[in-house]
Amino acid sequence: MKPILDVQGLTRIHGTECPSCLDMTGPEHNTNVCPACGSIVAAANVSFSLQPGEILGIMGESGSGKSTVVKTLYFDQAPSRGKACFQDDTRTHDLFELNGAEQRWLRNHRFGMVYQNPNLGLNFSISAGGNIAERLLMNDLNHYGDIRRRASELLTRTDVMVGRMDESPRQFSGGMQQRVQIAKALATRPPLLFLDEVTTGLDLSVQARILDLILEIQHELDTAMIVVTHDLGVIRLLASRTLVMKHGRVIESGLTDQILEDPQHAYTQQLVASTL
Amino acid sequence: MNPNYKLPGAQDSYSFGFLDEFAKREIRRVILKAISIPGYQTPYASREMPMGRGFGTGGLQLTLAMIGPDDTLKVIDQGSDDSVNAVNLRKFAELTCPGVSTTESTAGASLIQTRHRVPETALREDQVLNLQVPYPDPLVIVEPSEARRKVMHGEGDYARLLTKLYEDLVQFDEITISHRYPTRINGHYVIDPSPIPRYDVPRLHHAKALMLFGAGREKKIYAVPPYTDAEPLVFDDIPFRTENFNTSDGKRRACARCGATDSFLDELNLEEGGKAWQCSDTDYCNRQLAGANAREVTP
Repeated sequence: MKPILDVQGLTRIHGTECPSCLDMTGPEHNTNVCPACGSIVAAANVSFSLQPGEILGIMGESGSGKSTVVKTLYFDQAPSRGKACFQDDTRTHDLFELNGAEQRWLRNHRFGMVYQNPNLGLNFSISAGGNIAERLLMNDLNHYGDIRRRASELLTRTDVMVGRMDESPRQFSGGMQQRVQIAKALATRPPLLFLDEVTTGLDLSVQARILDLILEIQHELDTAMIVVTHDLGVIRLLASRTLVMKHGRVIESGLTDQILEDPQHAYTQQLVASTL
Repeated sequence: MNPNYKLPGAQDSYSFGFLDEFAKREIRRVILKAISIPGYQTPYASREMPMGRGFGTGGLQLTLAMIGPDDTLKVIDQGSDDSVNAVNLRKFAELTCPGVSTTESTAGASLIQTRHRVPETALREDQVLNLQVPYPDPLVIVEPSEARRKVMHGEGDYARLLTKLYEDLVQFDEITISHRYPTRINGHYVIDPSPIPRYDVPRLHHAKALMLFGAGREKKIYAVPPYTDAEPLVFDDIPFRTENFNTSDGKRRACARCGATDSFLDELNLEEGGKAWQCSDTDYCNRQLAGANAREVTP
């Protein structure tokens, strides 16, 4: 089977960049700031592939570059180098070669994103239903009755009371805001979903329900997902395969069970040991 | 304006139509571009006029760039020829365009400058309507960055404008935009048709006359060429609705002055209390009145 997403050598450097940037940073130098030019190597040579319907976990401490990877794939940031191919049914899109309009089209029609901070994913000045409607309208659904129906279906699916769909998400609890974000991301039934620290900052029972929801959705719609988190519990529950990142590099990758039970890299060992 | 006012210095130091020839040429060029790309907000170098921006300088520059000595100009403000803005702009044109005749009759004008209304009388192919525009960009209510608005216009991405309509329907069960109703021109660009009431929006669709929109402060000119599609932005299942002027029992109100039941009415508060409704288009009202009098006399 062809992977839905194939990423090769994804690199993102903030700053003036010099030839020694990649050689003088990384876990072995214990920094991601280039000592020669001061550039910050947010991600370097990240390669992985994702099968349709698979959940891939990206794990690492803050500043390790895991969010950068997802943000470049969702076109929030441009990469410095690298290639990413997205398989859309029969067509293959070379993501970073597309023009702005094509990128926005893919983003609105084929990708979904759930941010850690609902402020980024939701518009608080319109209602929860309006947030979902916006995404449906971007997909050329132009029938008010159908939009209302779809939005209430999605909110029911994500356990948000339909009676509150016409309220601003500002009045919702953090967990509910996160569920509205998920409903919004799912509105177009995207084949690829990015989840950036979705449960961070939520209390444990809410976390558990959101993780359940994500798993159910994955079973139901067969959505491929990239889950970014620093929480080993989330990784263990959701991801079948995992990348471990540090200082912008992938230091270990493989089956989640393998990584958590038998970590090879010293940093991963430390990470696994510290949580247990 | 003081009727005895004269232009300072020698009158011939001003060129015909106040604007210098270079300015007029630039505006004409921009008008041609605007017609070629229906609905596209074409930037232009809006000149300083001897009046504050916001008093119709955009419409006035269009008028002055197009007017010639054989033109007949009509200027209206909210349908009326006699309100302050209309009178002053008309006098300014009389002062700076020697030989140009002005009129209050819609049918007799070759060039009509208007604020907030499209005349009731159907326009002809040989007429041009210049609308004064305060805010040219319909997306400004949903996107503050002009750079991003341009991209949205380019891609025909009006989802967020429709989201605004969705929110209106959710909150009020109807679309609450009373004027400046976003209208899609020729299947792509959505324009702000200047603050004309919803009642006038269908008049843009396949109009016989050229309609030009000038925003002086925002430095934009755009056009709805003759016989061009102009469709108000709506949902598939919720049709566009205009003001209906019905009484509570569903009867169409008539103009208190001329009795017309097919015109846009202004609601007036009477001095002795109570309300009256009257045509907003004074020329139309006068003609209805003249027609009614003529009918009374003939038999």
